[in-house]
Amino acid sequence: MTLAVEAAGLRLRYGDVTALDDLSFTLPGGRIYGLLGRNGSGKTSLLSVLAGFRKASGGRALIDGQPVFENPRNTRRVCLIRETGDTGDKDEKVREALYTASRLRVGWDGDYADALIERFQIPRGKKLGQLSLGQRSALGMIFGLAARAPVTLLDECHLGMDAPSRAAFSDELLADFMAHPRTIVISTHLIDELSPLFEEVLIIDQGRLVLQDETESLRARGADVTGPAEAVDRFVAGRTVLRERRLGRTKSAMVYGGLDERHRRQARDAGLDLGPVALQDLFVHLTQPSGGAR
Amino acid sequence: MFDDRTPIYRQIAAQVKADVVSGALDGDEQVMSTNQYAAYYRINPATVAKAFQQLVDEQVLYKKRGIGMFVSPTARDALRAQRRETFFSDLVDPMVAEAEAVGIPLDEVVARIQRRATRAGKEDR
Repeated sequence: MTLAVEAAGLRLRYGDVTALDDLSFTLPGGRIYGLLGRNGSGKTSLLSVLAGFRKASGGRALIDGQPVFENPRNTRRVCLIRETGDTGDKDEKVREALYTASRLRVGWDGDYADALIERFQIPRGKKLGQLSLGQRSALGMIFGLAARAPVTLLDECHLGMDAPSRAAFSDELLADFMAHPRTIVISTHLIDELSPLFEEVLIIDQGRLVLQDETESLRARGADVTGPAEAVDRFVAGRTVLRERRLGRTKSAMVYGGLDERHRRQARDAGLDLGPVALQDLFVHLTQPSGGAR
Repeated sequence: MFDDRTPIYRQIAAQVKADVVSGALDGDEQVMSTNQYAAYYRINPATVAKAFQQLVDEQVLYKKRGIGMFVSPTARDALRAQRRETFFSDLVDPMVAEAEAVGIPLDEVVARIQRRATRAGKEDR
C-alpha cells in the first residue's frame, strides 16, 4: 500500500518571517515527486512540516488522511533525510548510527543498508563528523533508502556528491522504488539531471505553490520561438512570454503554455523555428522576482 | 542518451518505432519491460509507461495481460507507409532548400542520387 501526502492551507511562520504561505496540494501515493524552489523558497520548511518535525502555524499536513505532527502512527511511516543527514551526533560512529536506525525504523532493511555501505565505501568505524561532505550525503541517502519508509522525503541529499555517486544513487533509488513502491519527495537544485526521475514536479516560491504538474507535461508546455523579429512578435502576441532575446534581426522568445499542433503548424508556416525548452530554463523564469506565468 | 528538452516519453516512443522500422524489433516480439527501460535509461517508470501507452494507441505495440508488451505484426508496414508519406516533406524538401541556399544546382543533386541508386543496384545483385 502506498500513502498519499496532502497539504491543506499550510502556513508556517518564524517570528516575522512567513516560510509557508497557504500551501495546498495533494500527492497521490506511490510516485516520485520533485520539489523545486530557489534558496529560501520554503522547501526545507515544507518537508519539515510534512515529516512532523515542525508544527504548522496554520492549515494541515496529512499523510494517509491523518495529521502528522505528534501522531506516532504517521511519524513512524515518514522518513525525512536532510541535506548531509542530521543522521546523528558528530561523535557517533557510522556503525552506531546504522544500529540506531535499525532499531528506530520499522521497515529497515539491514542487508540492503550493508550492501549500500559497501558499494559507496563508507567507513563504518569513522565518526560522522569525520566523513567528507560527499560521504555524509551518501550516508544520508543510504538511511533514506534502507528505511523503506512509506513516505520518504529527501531534502538536498545529493549535496557534495560527485557525478558518478549521484548517478549510482539515481540507479539505486529507481531500482528500490520499483521493487518497493512508495511515496518519495526529492528536493534539489539539480533540475535537469534529476528531473527524469520525477513523475511529477512541484515548484514553490516564497512559500507558495507556483505549480504542480507531470514532469513531461511541464516540459511540453514551454517552447522557444525563433525567427525574424517581426514574425516572432506577431506569433507571441497575447501569449505568456518568459524571456526574449535578440541577436541582430533574429529574435527568440520563450513562450509558456497554450501551444497545440495547430499553433505549431502556424509557426512553421510563418518560417519560425519552434524548439523545446529545458525544464531548468522554465524553472528559472517561473521563479523570478518579477513573476512569470503564475 | 536523451536531449533534456523534448519530452522523454516521445523520445522513447520514437526510438521503439525506429527499431520496428529497421527490423531490430520483429512483429510479435516482446519489448523490454517498463522497469527494464526505466532502469536502463534512468528514468521514472511512469514515463516509460506513458511512451508504451502512446505506442499502444498508435497500434505499434499491443499488451498481453500479465506478460508484457509486444510489437504488432502490422506495425512495421504501417510505420513504413507513414514514413513514405512524410519522406518528401521531411527529407527531400529541406534538402532542396539547402541545395538552393548554398548554390548547388539541382541536376547535380539528381545526378548524385542516380549514382547512388546505380551503386546500390549493383550491390543488390
